[in-house]
Amino acid sequence: MAERHEVVFVDGVRTPFGRAGEKGMFWNTRADDLVVKAMIGLLERNPNLPKDRIDDVAIAATTQQGDQGLTLGRTAALLAGLPKSVPGFAIDRMCAGAMTSVTTLAGGIAFGAYDLAIAGGVEHMGRHPMGFGADPNPRFLAEKLVSEEALNMGSTAERIHDRFPHLTKERADHYAMRSQQKLAAAYDDGKIQPDLIPVAIRSDAGWGLATRDEAPRPETTMEGLAALKTPFRPHGRVTAGNSSGLNDGATVSLLASQATAAELGLSAKMRLVSFAFAGVEPEIMGIGPVPSTEKALKKAGLGITDIGLFELNEAFAIQVLSLLDHFGIDDDDPRVNQWGGAIAIGHPLASSGVRLMIQLAAQFAEHPEVRYGLTAMCIGLGQGGSVIWENPHFDGSKK
Amino acid sequence: MASSDALTARFSELASLAEDEVVTHSLVRDIALPSGKTLALITLDNGRDHTRPNTLGPMTMLELADVLDALALRAASGEIAAVAVTGKPFILAAGADLSKVGEIPSKAVAKQMAQLGHLTLGKLATLGVPSFVFINGLALGGGLEIGLNADFRTVDRNAAAIALPEVFLGIIPGWGGAYLLPNLIGIENAIKVIVENPLKNNRMLKGVEAFELGIADAIFDSANFLEDSVKWADAVINGTVKVKRANEPGRIERAVKWDVAIGIARKMLENRIGTVAQSPYAALELLKAAKNSEKATAFAAEDEALASLIAGDQFRASIYSFNLVQKRAKRPAGAPDKALAKPVTKVGVIGAGLMASQFALLFVRRLRVPVVITDLDQARVDKGLDYIRGEIDGLLDKGRITPDESNRLKALVTGTTDKADFADADWVIEAVFEELGVKQDVFADVEQYISDTAVLATNTSSLSVEAIGAKLKHPERVVGFHFFNPVAVMPLVEVVRTPQTDDETLSTAMVTAAKLYKNAVITKDTPGFVVNRILAKLLGEAMHAVDTGTPFAVVDASIKPFGLPMTPFQLLELVGLKVGAHVLDTHHAAFPDRFFDSENLHRLAEHGHIFERDSKGKIKGYDKRAVEIVSGGTTPITGEQLLRRIEDGLADEIKRMLDDGVVSAPEDIDLCLILGAGYPFQMGGATPYLDRVGASERAFGDTFHHPPIRGTD
Repeated sequence: MAERHEVVFVDGVRTPFGRAGEKGMFWNTRADDLVVKAMIGLLERNPNLPKDRIDDVAIAATTQQGDQGLTLGRTAALLAGLPKSVPGFAIDRMCAGAMTSVTTLAGGIAFGAYDLAIAGGVEHMGRHPMGFGADPNPRFLAEKLVSEEALNMGSTAERIHDRFPHLTKERADHYAMRSQQKLAAAYDDGKIQPDLIPVAIRSDAGWGLATRDEAPRPETTMEGLAALKTPFRPHGRVTAGNSSGLNDGATVSLLASQATAAELGLSAKMRLVSFAFAGVEPEIMGIGPVPSTEKALKKAGLGITDIGLFELNEAFAIQVLSLLDHFGIDDDDPRVNQWGGAIAIGHPLASSGVRLMIQLAAQFAEHPEVRYGLTAMCIGLGQGGSVIWENPHFDGSKK
Repeated sequence: MASSDALTARFSELASLAEDEVVTHSLVRDIALPSGKTLALITLDNGRDHTRPNTLGPMTMLELADVLDALALRAASGEIAAVAVTGKPFILAAGADLSKVGEIPSKAVAKQMAQLGHLTLGKLATLGVPSFVFINGLALGGGLEIGLNADFRTVDRNAAAIALPEVFLGIIPGWGGAYLLPNLIGIENAIKVIVENPLKNNRMLKGVEAFELGIADAIFDSANFLEDSVKWADAVINGTVKVKRANEPGRIERAVKWDVAIGIARKMLENRIGTVAQSPYAALELLKAAKNSEKATAFAAEDEALASLIAGDQFRASIYSFNLVQKRAKRPAGAPDKALAKPVTKVGVIGAGLMASQFALLFVRRLRVPVVITDLDQARVDKGLDYIRGEIDGLLDKGRITPDESNRLKALVTGTTDKADFADADWVIEAVFEELGVKQDVFADVEQYISDTAVLATNTSSLSVEAIGAKLKHPERVVGFHFFNPVAVMPLVEVVRTPQTDDETLSTAMVTAAKLYKNAVITKDTPGFVVNRILAKLLGEAMHAVDTGTPFAVVDASIKPFGLPMTPFQLLELVGLKVGAHVLDTHHAAFPDRFFDSENLHRLAEHGHIFERDSKGKIKGYDKRAVEIVSGGTTPITGEQLLRRIEDGLADEIKRMLDDGVVSAPEDIDLCLILGAGYPFQMGGATPYLDRVGASERAFGDTFHHPPIRGTD
């Protein structure tokens, strides 16, 4: 019988995230090229990694067609120059695609099937708008399995406001503004840049080089946010300003069994403690991370107070607030999204999970007093995903 | 900008030729380097897809000059720390825009073209900040010279082709290449790139080769080429990467090796191609001077050499030839719709001799369909199969094919003595003895077994294709398919259409030729088709001169002005004296008043050779017995007289061929001669040469081309 192996997050990188659409910086860049460039960047950062020892490659995308189709993990591995002996596959769990790449391969490592694996995700929402070409089963509506609003993420966010009237638009706007400010500060302090892989971009003005996220609006003010339209409902609360945008980007990470990492001299940035996914009503999918986090904490034998750092995907400000509110955490709690989140950075659906991990890993290195961290996100069609990590730099000190 | 106005004024005559130039724009974007500095990146992009590569016409060069001037100002003000140039996807630039060279009215304007190149690209060396060229793909001629004029170069590992092909086209790398390249990668390497490769069928370099020669300072994979190039440039600017150039010539190379290498190259050239072609020698002169010239002096010499060549006859003929090979060969005149072609899923080869076995090998390698060879008895069939399998093994040993491919090919080739095995073949080609009755019977025999629509192709070189099909129930499926020796190497197939050949059959032949990677030219079913008729004319005149008392040496020297790779008698020995005698006989029989036969040639064939050779096969002189055999003629003529006879005779014969519709245009004659007989680009095949020496005028009072393809003053 295979024994249980500890799983470590060795390293992770990402492309800068672009704005989706014709004016976005990646409009002329293929989705698979984004993830391939990220993968090459990851391999170059870890030159001691014997490429032929990689046991599997999982790459997620939500809309798996065109340049995001064709078994991305395998095609990206070939395009990135991994040996042909390295297999690969594609993953889809909507927004939690990359997170599921990580947990799936981590499961394989824990089981002893893998020693080394590459997990990541990509979403080129400019080329592949969410739900594009989808053909939902008519039974969903005919049998009222889900309401029509469940397929519109903005509408599901409005539903959270309905359920928790004390989580007001003002609180959501405030949270969103803080996200922008925190990201700007993180850029100023050089926190974000080290894990970005530059991408050559072609435009009508010639070749350029994408070296920073394109979506941030550091100048965001409460007044400005208050003036924005509420596209999902008349006089609603969810706006473009307190939501993540439509983005293009890719992430990849290197996972290993602790023993293999030690053997190859690969330093671990995080150790996997537990993970969990959970389902909720699709109409209010944004609260998904609440039950998934409860579940992951329970499996880890931990309580919410054990978590010293949070990296929560900001699909919508209200959806993060609902989780914080559930666990009794303040909107401005400094442990949460220290360097800002998806509202500022962007949320190229299936790539975001690893982006959370990259930032948590970097924060772990700065916070040896923190032992545990949480990465969590909501998922379309009513799900949540949560992964709890342990800080290998933890020195047992208290703040 | 004042400077740009001045430039435009200076080159106005040149620019006026460029009204419909597809301009390659110089787009500039600032790139933030990891170090925090700024690199201005110029993207060369003509806005078209990869099928229309970036080219460098006058407007393109003027725009680039302007952009570089503006960047020099930004560099002076400290805004940018470096300038780099790269191309659109897969292509840096395919060189100067040659579409308008035929319109260059004078040597003075030709010189402007050279000067504008130097002036513009030279700016890459005087920006005040380091300049880089990221060779991201195709970089030919002026395209590569952009890189050579810069301070540093990177290259994409998968760059399709990197070359200085100017000499192939009858000119020289005149935008700095002839001076900069030897000073970058050493004289021997530079000779290889500038002189030898163009003469080896215009060989080009891959990215790795360019890097290994030292043309590029760094090489990166395609997936991250631009990103890595930018990172590398930053490291060079900051001094963390020191560029080392192992092939850069040192003092010893300049003092000792340089002139020797030039001397060796000159000898090699004289032996291989003679001294008619001007551009290789002009290139060698420039390369020689590059040893110790100042840059300005060297560039001025390039201007002069380039202007002279551009204005000369050979360049115009070379461009004509290049267009034939690149364009006309790919869209053969008179070819029916490709959609009419019948699928070829199985091939039958009648005959298992050397020629037939070569066909079988070519068909199986290129079409990858079953190929059945047949002959009179099993022993001959087995010999043919052994040859084919041996050749496949050879490809495997050389790593040209994989073991799987070798297995696949061998399994596809079978032999039989029973023509019933041809039953499901769509294409049957015969290569049996060159005798009408034999060929007629072979086809009539095969027709019993095959479908009514299977194509019957004959490789005859001298018989009437129509006559070969005379005994058939379905003569409309017969077509001539005339290869040249060696089959695997020579790129030409003459596809012979008889009055009966239907469009489906003709189309099948054309499509099949293309799949065999051959260029097909459609000819009428007339004796010798194109290539053999021209050769018969030339060799018949040569042999007749000998028969009447002119020494071999005089005859051999007489057509030196053609610049052919071989003398007439060397060619005769190569094709075989027996074959040669047969070719002369058949043409004499067809056109007794215009083509000579030669009894002496039959006697020479008996004897076996004309030249005396050393143990390595090198010619020492004419064989004494051969000279004896042909002695006795009493009316010798001079080389000049013979040259005139041959030129005028060729002009006359080609005019007759065109009048008779053997091919549709003089271009097709020239294409056949270039591809099937190795006639040089600088001759333009034959007709541009015959026009420019006055032979056409003398023979039929006109020229083949209007206006004639010739240089300017």
